[in-house]
Amino acid sequence: MQYDLATHMKRTRTGKISLKSGEKSEKVIQLTVLSFVVLTIAAFFFFDFTGFQFKKAIVETAHNLKVMFFMPKLSHFGFGEAIFQVTITLGLAVLSTILGALIAFFLALLAATNLSKEWISRTVRVIVAFIRAVPTVLWVLIFAISAGLGSEAAVVGMLFHSIAYLVKAYSEAFEEVSPGIIESLRATGSSWWHIVKHGIVPSTSTYIMSWTFLRFEINFGVAVAMGAAAGAGGIGFELFMASGFYFDLREVGFITYAILLVAILLEMLSTRLKNRYLPSEK
Amino acid sequence: MSLLEIKHLNKSYDSKTNVLKDINFEIESGDLVSVIGPSGAGKSTLLRCINRMVNFDDGKIIFDGKDTTHYKKRELRKLRTDIGMVFQHYNLVPRLTVIENVLHGRLGYKSTIQGLLSMFTEVEKENAFSLLDTLGIVEHAYKRCDQLSGGQQQRVGIARALIQNPKLILCDEPIASLDPNASKVIMTYLKQITRDMNITCIVNLHQVDVAREYSDRIIALNKGAVVFDGSHLQLTEERMNHVYGMETRELITV
Amino acid sequence: MSEKKFRQKKWQTTLFFTVIIVVTFISSSITKFNFIHSMTTFPSAFTWIFSNLMITEESFKKLPTILTKLNETIFMAIAASTTAAALSLFLGVMGSKTTKVNNVFSVIARVIASFSRNIPIVAWALILLISFGQNSLTGFLALFIGSVGFLTRAFIESIDEADQSSVEALTATGATYFQIISKAVIPQSLPQIISWTLFMIETNIRSATLVGILTGTGIGYSFDLYYKSMDYNTVALITFTIVITVILIELMSNYIRKVII
Repeated sequence: MQYDLATHMKRTRTGKISLKSGEKSEKVIQLTVLSFVVLTIAAFFFFDFTGFQFKKAIVETAHNLKVMFFMPKLSHFGFGEAIFQVTITLGLAVLSTILGALIAFFLALLAATNLSKEWISRTVRVIVAFIRAVPTVLWVLIFAISAGLGSEAAVVGMLFHSIAYLVKAYSEAFEEVSPGIIESLRATGSSWWHIVKHGIVPSTSTYIMSWTFLRFEINFGVAVAMGAAAGAGGIGFELFMASGFYFDLREVGFITYAILLVAILLEMLSTRLKNRYLPSEK
Repeated sequence: MSLLEIKHLNKSYDSKTNVLKDINFEIESGDLVSVIGPSGAGKSTLLRCINRMVNFDDGKIIFDGKDTTHYKKRELRKLRTDIGMVFQHYNLVPRLTVIENVLHGRLGYKSTIQGLLSMFTEVEKENAFSLLDTLGIVEHAYKRCDQLSGGQQQRVGIARALIQNPKLILCDEPIASLDPNASKVIMTYLKQITRDMNITCIVNLHQVDVAREYSDRIIALNKGAVVFDGSHLQLTEERMNHVYGMETRELITV
Repeated sequence: MSEKKFRQKKWQTTLFFTVIIVVTFISSSITKFNFIHSMTTFPSAFTWIFSNLMITEESFKKLPTILTKLNETIFMAIAASTTAAALSLFLGVMGSKTTKVNNVFSVIARVIASFSRNIPIVAWALILLISFGQNSLTGFLALFIGSVGFLTRAFIESIDEADQSSVEALTATGATYFQIISKAVIPQSLPQIISWTLFMIETNIRSATLVGILTGTGIGYSFDLYYKSMDYNTVALITFTIVITVILIELMSNYIRKVII
């Protein structure tokens, strides 16, 4: 009896009874987690700690954060100006989102496997993957060389990632349209445009809107970053000036609160849209 | 001395309706007791009061000679190690292997750290294998639970309860999600457990014929109150109508 | 659909697009964005890119230094993502409605996550730069804080999705809270957790470039340096190495995702 059972048991190297299935997925999970740990430990050895004093930094940061968040105040520009700068940042986000959505819509039609030829869909996907791989800030800076620093380079640069993100989201939504709808329209002799207009758009419009708004929320953060790092103006630029130029912590605090407020409002809106119109993400 | 004694048990989820009304019974060691009744009769709540997955309002539960009514944390943990539980939907961790799921039954005996690091002894593992063997699924020990059929998963659930070395096993609708063949297998194993291992089983069922066939004793609930308590021979047609009401009874047999 | 409803819907659609168009024009006027001008920059920009952003032999000689910097950025992104994942896992368990200890901790976890997520990474970078100075740790911390916010939200969703029935079963065996979390909840959510962490690494490598420009570390610093000195051949090389890295990591994580989920 006992002998019989042993044939069903797997043993570990130390001779103990193993509990693991030894499946590929399990091994890959273990390996991934292990490499995370190893790489993280290695990272701290690679880090460049020039001019870093742990205790001083912690104490100073704590003090700075206290000043920023408990005593926010504007000193280099007025309240009205602050609101105007936030609007500029929102404007950059609006432009890159709406233009991005427009272009992405057409590209997504080409990328959706049920609406397009396979090689076209593949090509679009490869281009999108390439676009995504270049950080937004590099796009903005590269365009700034020919267009000059400012809103145009920023919007065009931000456009690239917006398009890449939305093409993926839209094309997945298009692909989920039931084949029956497309087939029945095709059977009536509808042209490709007819199918898109009467079959695809009505059944995916809520998805398109939710994803677009989600991207708008992301683009607000990106627009702040581009203001700070790529001279795109807006509240991000003011943040950069306050922290890097005037070293005015109280102003940094005020600006941070302004950004936080807008971001939370946008997040609440998009979560609402998402919960209403999108099934689970991913 | 009886294993389990329930005295004047009352429970309500809101102030208006009582889910359980003045329940009283005693259960002897080694019996297979079925609890029957229409859905919403309070069967599931009654079972969960016994291992205190649900708290009751007043009354007393005496398990193995000790009053468990006011048990808190540590004592409660100890109590739960003595009571195994089997569920309608098996409640296994789908991504883990069968053997891992079975050994989860030992967690109640471990410190938190031992549990986190899966420090199970070789004896425990061997016991798990021999339980799986008894239940006829030892060849699936290293499969992921979500790859098994419903009947096989329920046997894993039973093995997890048995490895606790329990004095009592609570089964909440163990065959409600299974086909007739798998149901038969599961009920036979439960019967075998009570007979060979002298472990008491309380089984919630909604199939009256199954209850009649396998149990030593039947308790019937309706609207939170005990309406019948006795052997299956005493459960006459007339009494059945009392349990389910005339019309629903007809619906069930059809 | 009745005639009236149909008209109402048509009217709504028209209104919606009018609003969009108006908002677009307002935005372009306050940001001084000129549609036509920016469209015309496209051809010239691309001509410029193809004629100037070329990797030459000379720029290629700088590859070893660039790779060292890139290395720093990659490790910074990975370390920030994994350490953030560890903290987020804790916050996620606290914040999820199914595994929370009590409401107070749950709210605290969610507030921390919201705070760190909604303040953009650049803001964190600039704030930390003031007291931490120009070194890897500043970039690391900025990425770390941003990641915690994002991952906590993602993990809360993954944990909420996990099947709760096994939690009930383990409670019934007398298992402790941490045993239940580690044996019933984590094994179910682990593939999702790993998938999100991989996604965070991809994102962080791109963000690290941005943070690097501001904090003077890693590949972002190199980019900024050569960009300002108008050495566009090296800029091209740097961009190229970043693209390769991001695509490689994406391919790798796609493979891992496919196997584990």
